[in-house]
This record gives sequence, C-alpha cells and structure tokens, in this order.
Amino acid sequence: MPSSKLLKHTEAAIVPREALTVNPAKTCQPIGAMYAALGVHRCLPHSHGSQGCCSYHRSALTRHYKEPVMAATSSFTEGASVFGGQSNLLQAITTEFSLYDPEIIAVHTTCLSETIGDDIPQIIGKAKAEGKIPAGRYVIHANTPSYIGSHVTGYSAMVRAFVDYFAESTGRRHGKLSILAGWVEPSDMAELKRMLAELGAPFILLPDTSGVLDAPLTGRFEMYPEGGTRLDDIRLMGDSYAAIGLGPFATGAAAKLLDTKCKVPMNILDLPIGLSATDRFIDKVRKLAKVGVPDSIAKERGRLLDMMSDMHQYTYGKTVALAGDPDQLAPLAEFLTDLDMKVKYLVTGTPGKSFEPRLEELIGKAEPGDYRGAPADLFALHQRLKSQGTDLLIANTYGKLIAHDEDIPFVRFGFPILDRVGHSDFPYVGYRGGMRLLEKILSVLMDRIERDAPNEKFELVM
Amino acid sequence: MGDIAKAIDAEAVRREILAGLPAKVARRREKQIVVNKADGSGVSPEILANTRTLPGIITQRGCTYAGCKGVVVGPTRDILQITHGPIGCGFYSWLTRRNQTRAGADEDNFMPYALSTDLQDNDIVFGGEKKLRKAIKEAYELFKPKAIAIFATCPVGLIGDDIHAAARDLSEELGITVFAMSCEGYKGVSQSAGHHIANNAVFTKVVGRNETAPEGEFKVNLLGEYNIGGDSFELERLFGDLGITLVTTFSGNSTFVSMGQAPFADVDLVMCHRSINYMAEMLETKYGIPWFKVNFIGAKATAKSLRHVAEYFGDPALAARTEALIEKESAEAEAALKSIRPRLEGKTVIMYVGGSRAHHYQDLFKELGMKVISAGYEFAHRDDYEGRKVIPGIKVDADSRNIEQLEVAVDETRYRERRTEEQLEALKASGIPVGDYDGMMGEMEDGSLVIDDVSHYETEKLLEILKPDLVCAGIKEKYVVQKHGIPLKQLHNYDVGGPYAGFQGAINFYREIDRLVNGSVWKKIRAPWDLSPELLGSYGSD
Repeated sequence: MPSSKLLKHTEAAIVPREALTVNPAKTCQPIGAMYAALGVHRCLPHSHGSQGCCSYHRSALTRHYKEPVMAATSSFTEGASVFGGQSNLLQAITTEFSLYDPEIIAVHTTCLSETIGDDIPQIIGKAKAEGKIPAGRYVIHANTPSYIGSHVTGYSAMVRAFVDYFAESTGRRHGKLSILAGWVEPSDMAELKRMLAELGAPFILLPDTSGVLDAPLTGRFEMYPEGGTRLDDIRLMGDSYAAIGLGPFATGAAAKLLDTKCKVPMNILDLPIGLSATDRFIDKVRKLAKVGVPDSIAKERGRLLDMMSDMHQYTYGKTVALAGDPDQLAPLAEFLTDLDMKVKYLVTGTPGKSFEPRLEELIGKAEPGDYRGAPADLFALHQRLKSQGTDLLIANTYGKLIAHDEDIPFVRFGFPILDRVGHSDFPYVGYRGGMRLLEKILSVLMDRIERDAPNEKFELVM
Repeated sequence: MGDIAKAIDAEAVRREILAGLPAKVARRREKQIVVNKADGSGVSPEILANTRTLPGIITQRGCTYAGCKGVVVGPTRDILQITHGPIGCGFYSWLTRRNQTRAGADEDNFMPYALSTDLQDNDIVFGGEKKLRKAIKEAYELFKPKAIAIFATCPVGLIGDDIHAAARDLSEELGITVFAMSCEGYKGVSQSAGHHIANNAVFTKVVGRNETAPEGEFKVNLLGEYNIGGDSFELERLFGDLGITLVTTFSGNSTFVSMGQAPFADVDLVMCHRSINYMAEMLETKYGIPWFKVNFIGAKATAKSLRHVAEYFGDPALAARTEALIEKESAEAEAALKSIRPRLEGKTVIMYVGGSRAHHYQDLFKELGMKVISAGYEFAHRDDYEGRKVIPGIKVDADSRNIEQLEVAVDETRYRERRTEEQLEALKASGIPVGDYDGMMGEMEDGSLVIDDVSHYETEKLLEILKPDLVCAGIKEKYVVQKHGIPLKQLHNYDVGGPYAGFQGAINFYREIDRLVNGSVWKKIRAPWDLSPELLGSYGSD
C-alpha cells in the first residue's frame, strides 16, 4: 500500500547524485562543539553567529536529552555580517560574565562568522586587553565552520580547544591517565569512569557530560550542574603519563595535540562498544596503568559473553543496516560481527579517509551486494534496503521512518534520539553497555519472530 | 484594581528584574518590560518590540530561515523544499515542528524529506550556485514535484550566489515553478523577518497560479494556521460541518494547488497575525479579499469567531447551522470543563511564546479559571501587543528596512469587491475586527506584566518572584522550568498532543493542563527523609 509509506517517494532505482543530499546522516559542526563544552564544569558554550544556530542546537540537544541546555549567542544581524562580529562578541563576553557567571566561555564559530572571517583569538585578546574577562575566568574558542566535516568534527575541535588552551606540561608527571571521551552519552561517560575506578587506574576524563545532561529533578535548577570536567584537571592532563583517545574522529585531534604540546604519549582506540573493543580498552588501560584486571571486570566480560552465546541462534546470519557516526559504527559493526551477524549496509554522513580502512580491519572487505556509504545519506541507505531488505536497522531516530516503511526491526542508537528515553541513563559502552545493546537487539528481533509466527509456531520458551 | 494587580506588584517585579541586569542591558530591557494598563481607554502602554536581542543574552529567539522555512513554507507538503547551505539548517528543520499533513494516496508529500545542497568549503570559496542548479535538477529527477522552493542560509548571501537567477532558469528549463527566498539567518532580528520573506515569495510565486475555481457557496482562506498537532484538521472538520469551503490555509495541511486558488476566497480569516498579516493585506489589495482576525483557541473564542464568519456571509441558513454546531460542541466542552475547572481555578500562568499564541491561549486559561499574570511574545511587533492602530507610529529601523515590502497593485482581471465599504463598516460596527487586530495587551488585565523577548535570566527571576503554577513557553525553556518543579506546556509545537483548536481542541487542552498542573509527579519531589530530617531513632518496626 503506497499510501501507508511515510517516505513514499523513495524508490529503489538509483539516480546518480552529485549535488543533492537527501535525509542527511550528519549535522553541522557547531552542535558538536556545544555538546563537548557542556562537558566541562561551569563552562558556557557560546555560538558566534546568528541566533538561529544557537536556537537549533539547543533545541536539538534538549530534545535528545530532555534536559536544560544552556548556551549563548552573538546574535548577529545584517550589520555584524557586513562589518564583522567583533563588537557582538565583546559585548556578549561582558554580558555573559556579568549575568551568568561562568568560569569559561567556550566560543565556537558558525558558517556565518567563518565566511566573514572573524578572527576569534584576536577578539579574545582584545577582550582581555580591555579588561572584559575577569581574573580567573577564561574565554576559549574552536573554529567550527559548518561547511567542513560534521557534528563529530565540531566535537573534536572543541575537545582539542580545551587541551590547547589549558593543558600544561610542568615536567612533573602524575599518576593519572588522561582519557578523551568520544561523543558518547552521559551514561557512557559515567560507565567509563566506573570501569576505570574498578580497574584502579586514576584518570582524568575530558569531556564529561555525566552529572550535567542527566540531572535529577530536585525542585531546583542549576545553571551549572555539579558534573563536568574540572578546569584544574584539564590543566593536569598535560602531565599525564599517557592519554587514551576513544574514537579517532572525535578525539584524535586532541590526543595528538596533547602528545605534541605536552609530550603525553597518545593511544587512539575505538570507542569501547561491544566485546572486542571493550577488551582492547581494558587491556590498554591495564598495560598503561600497570594494573591487574580485577575479577569484577572479568565477570562483566563473562556475563556479556554468556548472553552472546545463550542467544546466538537469534543473531547468527542476520543481516544488519547501520547509520551513524564513524567512531560508533566501527566498533558496533565489529560487535555485530562477533555475534555472527552480517553488516550488509552502512552509512555515515561524516567524511573521513580513515574510516573505511578501519572498518575493513574490523569486519573485512565489503562483499558484492554490500553497501558502505561513507559519506552518504539515509536516502541512499533506504534505496538499498528497498531492493534487498535487511533483518535489522540500527540508526538514530530518523531511521524509524525507514523501519516503518520497510517493516524492519529497529534499534535506536546514536544522535539524535528524539523519541525515546534511556540513552542518558543506561550506557552502551563497556561490557555492561554491550549487554544492554544486545538486549535491545534481541528484543526487536524476537518480537518480530513472535509477531510473524503462525499460531502453531508461536513459542513460549525462546 | 483588577485581580491581577491585587495578586502581584508588577512594577516591583519589573524593577527587581531590571536591577539584576547590566546597565546597558537594563536600559534596553526597561522598554521591553511593561506593566499593563487596562483603563478602558483602548490605549495600551507602549512596548519596545521587534528589536535586536543584545549579544550574550540567552534568548529563545531563532532566525530568519527558521521563520521562513520552518514556520510559513514548511507545512506545504507538495512544494519540494531545498535548503541551500551547509547541512545543519536543513537537518534541524526536518520534521521537528509537528506540522501535520494528510496527503491522499496519489498526492505528493515531501515533508518527511530534508533536502540540502550541503555546501562544502570549496563551495564557500568558489560559490555554490552551480551546485544549487545541479541539486535542483537532481531533486526534480528524483521527486518530479510541481514546485520547488529554495531557502538561503547565512553564508549564501555573503558568497553572492544568485539563487533567484538559478530559480528563474530552472523554472524555465524544468517547466515547473521554482522560487527562491533570501532568508539568510542574520536578516532581521528574529524569525519574524523570515515570515515576511516567505509571505512575499508565496504571494508572488504561488498564489493565483491556479485558475480552477473551487466549488462552494461560502469560501474562506485560513491564514496563519500551521496545523501543529492537527489544529487545522479540527478546523477543517468544523468548516466542513457548516458547509464552508476552506480554499486553503496558509499553510497547515496546504498544497501548491490550494494556495494557488487562494484568490477565489470570499474572505480571509487571520489566526496568527504576526506571521501572515502581510499576506492578508496583499490579498486584499490585489484581489479585493477582506480579512478579519479570528481566534479558534478556546471554546468561547471559537464560537465567537464562527459567529463572525456566519455574520460576514449574512446567510440565515449558515447562521442557523453555526448556532446549532456551537450549541452542540460548546455543551461538550462545558461538560469536560465542569470536572476539570475546580482543580485549576485561581492557579497562575506565565507565558512567553511566539507572535500570537501568548495572546490566543489566554482565552483557554480564562475558561479554566486560571490567571495569566504575565505574558509576552518571542518575535512579535508592537501591533501584536498594542493593536494595529499603532502601526503608523512604528519607527522602521535598519533591521526591518532590509526586508522587502512588496508594492502590490490591483489585479484588474481578478479583483472583485466582495463587500462594499458600507457593508464592511456595518460588520465592524457589529464587532467583527475587519482588517484589524487589537493586540494582546488590551485583553490582558490591568497590572499584569508584559515582557517582550524574555531571556533565560529573566525567566529565572520571574519563577522565583511570581512562583507560577504553570509556564507556557518553548522547548529550550521546558526543562529549566520543570527542574524547579513547575510544569511547562510547550506552545510552539506542543511537544506532544493536540489539536488544541476548536471545541474538541479546547477539551484536549483542558485535560492537558489538568495533567500538567495536577500531575502526581510534582508532589513527589521531596523524599520522605527531606520532609522530616531530624528524626534520629524510631519506636517499633516502622
């Protein structure tokens, strides 16, 4: 029934496209910078551009987290667009320190201010010279032009900016490992911290949105919730004996800078999603921190493995379509392959040369009929699914339109999730996160078996 | 002294808010925070509106693109819409506004699609016009639409892409309507500029492009109704029951064809004055269609507006049908209200939203017996506060001057006088706001607090001082307010739920407000140990 389709104009036949993106699998840099900046305590993200950018980013993050998302804007009008945004930013800095009392204002640019060519370090220098930045307060910046990369690139740029502005090398190493968190949820940040504590490896995590974007309902609003990486800790990162970047796209730039600037040896790993990637993370921390893996972590691993083996009959041989960000997709695809599922279709909107080779290392080369769109959009993915179908789709909320039309079991994963809760509270990283992910996958696959089973095949025990 | 004036000292609240602001900000804000006077003179205090938000203020405002694509053109399902710019703007305006639409099996519906030229750094350096032209062709190949609309984002104006030339050329080449809007985000001071740009484009490129006269005895256009949560559907049902032909809405559940037929209407009914008054005026000048302000939010407001429509047509049978429908549906609304109102009576509301809703929803709260102690708009102009009578006195500043004001001439072949001057005067005399809007302040109580473009800081102060039982605002304020333990109803896209228009919509709203204000969860914020913290020991097993 064509009328029941939501995306009823999508057809299987591929018409070549060079200029048009349809249903993107990415968004723009500044939102990533805003999200990363929220992971630093008492930091106010500032969008240097039109009001609409700030409004859209705050709205999108608010809908994803169902939490307050505080950020300010330079409120460009036509005048600022012609003469430059310097006076807007100077005025904004004064107003923000006076009204909102942040410790750090983290400025990110937009396509507008980048096209004009505003020189943010110069403006910050001027603000400093004119006494607009109170003692012990800071204004930092990241260049995040929306016409390069994606939201992931913006996240990466802001994490790098924190290292650039604050990490110091005093020459005296301390015993803390620096962990650069990729773009994961507050629940994932909390889980990373729990695992590191369990391992007995002292650490600094940057950024850390746990305790910020998962705030409790208490009857009080906190402009700056208690979570977030402390400024002093960011400074200390320069004296770490080693750093781990979780996800090359989101943390590679910051890890490299920490290495070149402060001589902190970098280790870039996949996000610890699924069994094998978590194994590599734990093993790396063990070696760097010279700690033993405690029985508690080994048991968590064992429980994930147990669930994988108990339910193998439901995952074996199933085909999967994925859409999301490279740092997530690589270990996710690996996990699904560990489950003997077949990642047949995969799309990310984020460009980057290193992704496909890494994917090949983890799950092998694409076979005939497979589709790896990097970069590509959800429309391209949908066209492939129309002609060939799949057993499972894992994507952000927008994936549900495809899942609806093609009747595909669907697991929400990635950014944004606008229509369900849980991602702020229950992690997908680590062994326990792997169990949650597997539980979600099994639920939709097994619901489907039950929905489609004839009465005589409807099983009580599965 | 009104009830409100007894309940709050608005001037003291105003002073306290201003005292907390930096001097430069306070100087601006003191003209945008006004204590309302309703002394029967028909003149409201002057408020500063449609002015720049100062940089660094955490504002709830969006941009021109959002007003143009997101609000006005977005809800038309069969105009294929391409955002020309980097990916973000197209992404954020993709299905987030809850404009519902109901396409037949064979009809186009492009609303679930986000199309963008996804400009890259090379395009910014060398220009994006070529890419746009190619994208339009590719979009045509994929979707075969009747019309394509192009929206400019911030960098497009700066790099000098001639999107209008591209639209013109492609229109010719493809043989369909292709039109472009220079709605760069930095134009104007808020979404409002985008509404105006969209009105101009739709009026010149879409309206009047369909020569097929719609059937029907009583034909109306409904302007400024965007079918959030199905509001238009509910109004379509009412019009259908009354035998009134809804030629088109601007623009909820509308189509390229229906908007093209707009000149055939007998009258234009204006819901959201702010976003669509330009269209109403242009339709009147060019085609002779009179307009009047309606409000279908609230059962009593709906009844009043429907009676105005019947009176405009002056047909006894229509009047009788209207009275019968009002009687039946009002009774249903009354019945629903009866059990809910006692639980809400006397509760206080503050609302800062949009360019018309902070006014329209006051009628619903009156029905619920709730008091609106403070209200304001996010992007309205002075006339939306004080009434259209102030328009001649509004100073046009540089930000407004750069939005084109179309010179509209009479269409000699299609202009038709629907009502004579005398008839219109008679309608006005009987209370129908023909060609007029009285604004929000005249209907608010004496001593209430009116605030334009409220900021985060001010909202926090207002919560602290006024301790309202309910806040109506947008998604960005929602969880800030709710962390305080105060419920917030989102009145931009409603978050969930609706329709709230018409009688059945009013019932939905009564229930929604009851759910929010009297929900169990708010009573559970304090844990037992917070309520009696001193207890150190206990007797027995409890």
